[in-house]
Amino acid sequence: MSSINIDGTDVPFEPGQTIMDAALAAGVYIPHLCHKPGISPHGSCKLCTVDVNGRAVSACTMAAAEGQKIENNTPALNEVRKSITQMLFIEGNHLCPSCEKTGDCTLQAVGYHLGMLDGHYPQFYPRREVDASHPSLVLDRDRCIMCELCVRASREVDGKDVFAIGGRGTGRHLIVNSATGKLADSDITTDDLAAHICPVGAILIKDHGYEVPIGRRTFDLHSVAETDLGEVKLTKTRHHDE
Amino acid sequence: MHVHHGQESQPGFLTQPQLNDHLLHRLHDLQTRFRHIPQPSIAELAEELQLPITQVEAVIDFYAFFHRQPRGQTDILFSNCTSCGDLALMQQLCDRLQVEPEQTRADGRISIGQASCIGMCDHGPSALVNGIPLTSITAELIEQMAALIESDTPVASWPENWFRVGNHIRKEGLLLSESFEPGSALKSMRGRNRDQLLEAITASGLKGRGGAGFSTGMKWQFCRDAESTTRYVVCNADEGEPGTFKDRILLNSHADEVFEGMTICGHIIGATQGYLYLRGEYRYLLDALNTTLQRRRDAGLLGANILGEGIDFDIAIVVGAGAYICGEESALIESMEQKPGIPRIRPPFPVTCGFRNQPTVVNNVETLAAAANIILRGHEWFETRGTWQSRGSKLLSVSGDCARPGIYEVAFGVTIEDILHDCGATDVQAVQVGGPSGSLVGPDKFSHCIAFEDIATGGSFMIFNHTRDLLDIIGKFTRFFAHESCGFCTPCRVGTTLLNNGMQKICSGHGTAHDVDELARTAALVSRRSHCGLGITAANPIRDGLKHFPQLFEARLLHQEMEPEFNLDASLAEARKLTRRDDAEAHL
Repeated sequence: MSSINIDGTDVPFEPGQTIMDAALAAGVYIPHLCHKPGISPHGSCKLCTVDVNGRAVSACTMAAAEGQKIENNTPALNEVRKSITQMLFIEGNHLCPSCEKTGDCTLQAVGYHLGMLDGHYPQFYPRREVDASHPSLVLDRDRCIMCELCVRASREVDGKDVFAIGGRGTGRHLIVNSATGKLADSDITTDDLAAHICPVGAILIKDHGYEVPIGRRTFDLHSVAETDLGEVKLTKTRHHDE
Repeated sequence: MHVHHGQESQPGFLTQPQLNDHLLHRLHDLQTRFRHIPQPSIAELAEELQLPITQVEAVIDFYAFFHRQPRGQTDILFSNCTSCGDLALMQQLCDRLQVEPEQTRADGRISIGQASCIGMCDHGPSALVNGIPLTSITAELIEQMAALIESDTPVASWPENWFRVGNHIRKEGLLLSESFEPGSALKSMRGRNRDQLLEAITASGLKGRGGAGFSTGMKWQFCRDAESTTRYVVCNADEGEPGTFKDRILLNSHADEVFEGMTICGHIIGATQGYLYLRGEYRYLLDALNTTLQRRRDAGLLGANILGEGIDFDIAIVVGAGAYICGEESALIESMEQKPGIPRIRPPFPVTCGFRNQPTVVNNVETLAAAANIILRGHEWFETRGTWQSRGSKLLSVSGDCARPGIYEVAFGVTIEDILHDCGATDVQAVQVGGPSGSLVGPDKFSHCIAFEDIATGGSFMIFNHTRDLLDIIGKFTRFFAHESCGFCTPCRVGTTLLNNGMQKICSGHGTAHDVDELARTAALVSRRSHCGLGITAANPIRDGLKHFPQLFEARLLHQEMEPEFNLDASLAEARKLTRRDDAEAHL
């Protein structure tokens, strides 16, 4: 079997796999936010940036190829990733202590993993719209990190096209496919993967806050670097009233 | 996402070569008619074009020339380019007409705003007036404009000579000095097969004129060899790099050569459809270009069975709507597919998976014009100029502080010094070669050459003499990238804004040594970790500035440990406005 080399360790890969696919299959963690196995790769958060034979590439989009010597878990790269994570924090309005997603939030977990202690950069304090129109879902754009997992999940798994990203630059924002632009007028349901896939607290199920106490949530008990966690997060969780 | 392309898709036989149903064109029509995109029309348009509403919404918000709120009957966008912009003139007009920038006056008569470089750098301060370039603006002209606006004179009745755009060709070289008979390059293909034609291009050593310098022959060959029955040729006329205007001249006076280059490329790679992607700022050239296309069809140089040789090829024009990023080839293709111009993941490259996921050649305007001439005159002709690694000539768009701004066609290998001498530039502090994404070059490097192996350029050559505040110029370039970042990847989306904020802090005299360190650190991250060329080059002005002109930064710094991020005095601006005070006591 062909192999790539990540931080000095040979990692096997099959044709068609990306560096991320091969790494995850071998239990090697490469930090990532916009990537989720089973959904087409995106390459936008840039947290999975690795150096392949000295060149910076996104592990989630770059095809694995024989002879690749990959730097991943190095102090320099983790410093870069910490900066990118801080960028994601300061461009939005992330108030972890009062967020329902705290402890289950992948952004927060990546922050823990990378030893992030502050936002470092000056806050942007953007003004973003909240959409609470839907009876069972709430869309809090303050927390959106533009990973487009919901966009892709809706399109690729749910067979709908509920979300998209509009705008440009720091003006980018999540938009909803309905004449009013409101979630209530879209065809999203709580059965959709798109309703559950948000790695942060931008899309939340209503009426189910704080069912798991803080301290016993996913990343209170696990590190984001445990690569078998991905499977758990991908499973659709049914609304318990249904 | 659904992708709908209007009715132009029958190869060879184009009933609607102007792509009337292209989303960008339909939105332009709405913007022109209603001076904005009315909310109810969005769902209607989405329905009619069978596109998701989100796609229409995303496109409206992505491109600078579409607006949600009505613009004025006269909508003036002043270029904020260092060569064709002067925001003091914008402020003068705003003051004169009592209107805030980017806000439409209550009577709906006027709105005034900014645009990134509109490609009129050889004409001095310029603006787009209802989309049409108005050049060589002076303080006196502003007064006359104000009077016309106040008297409700329609733009069509404004003095014609205000809108005159010249070619300003100052130096003709290999390409510009030859006269070109339409059809001559196509006729010269007779007796040569596709392999031989491709070999002529490859042998010439022609490299992409957009700046990246990829071998044209290789690009065409990759596309020809890619597995598919459908291929496309795209001419990239999204000339958005500030300080570049050579494609404007080529499209204005050498369009036949460009179209012929596209047709030759189509024949060689096996494509029957070509597209010219024209930047929205050059929409004023559209009618003339369409006339040229029609003339070529009538002459049997375009359409079915060209010159009776069995070659089918036609060209349609897609017009952009104000987005620098669309000059990046994969973003341009996204834009052609009626989407926001977000660069794709590469590989795959357009030569194997481009427009509609088919193999696509995307070439710069100048590259295609050169290709037509190489086929006509032979690769030996081309090789008479240039260096071993950079053959042929380059059209430079020279602007800024010099006596004779304009187009200089130079042989590769020419030194910066020679160009400065030719255009009559004295007391030069620095030259920005290749635009903001290129290199900032000081006098110690003026002996260097314009060539792919030395200092590469897509054609922009902006000169700054010692009267200029170079730090402020670096700040303007940095702001440009923050404004033009598509926002897809984190390093560029957030990083370019951080760089802009940092530069504005330093430029305004509030920066400390710590801010400079932060700037350098963020610049390194943005340039190494971004998704595409925009992010990779966005920090070039800062990095070159810190490297070659560190004293400019140093001189502006506060020598203290720390200065707060926010400017307390500026933060009180809203309170001052509310209390209608602007006296000394209301300031810190």
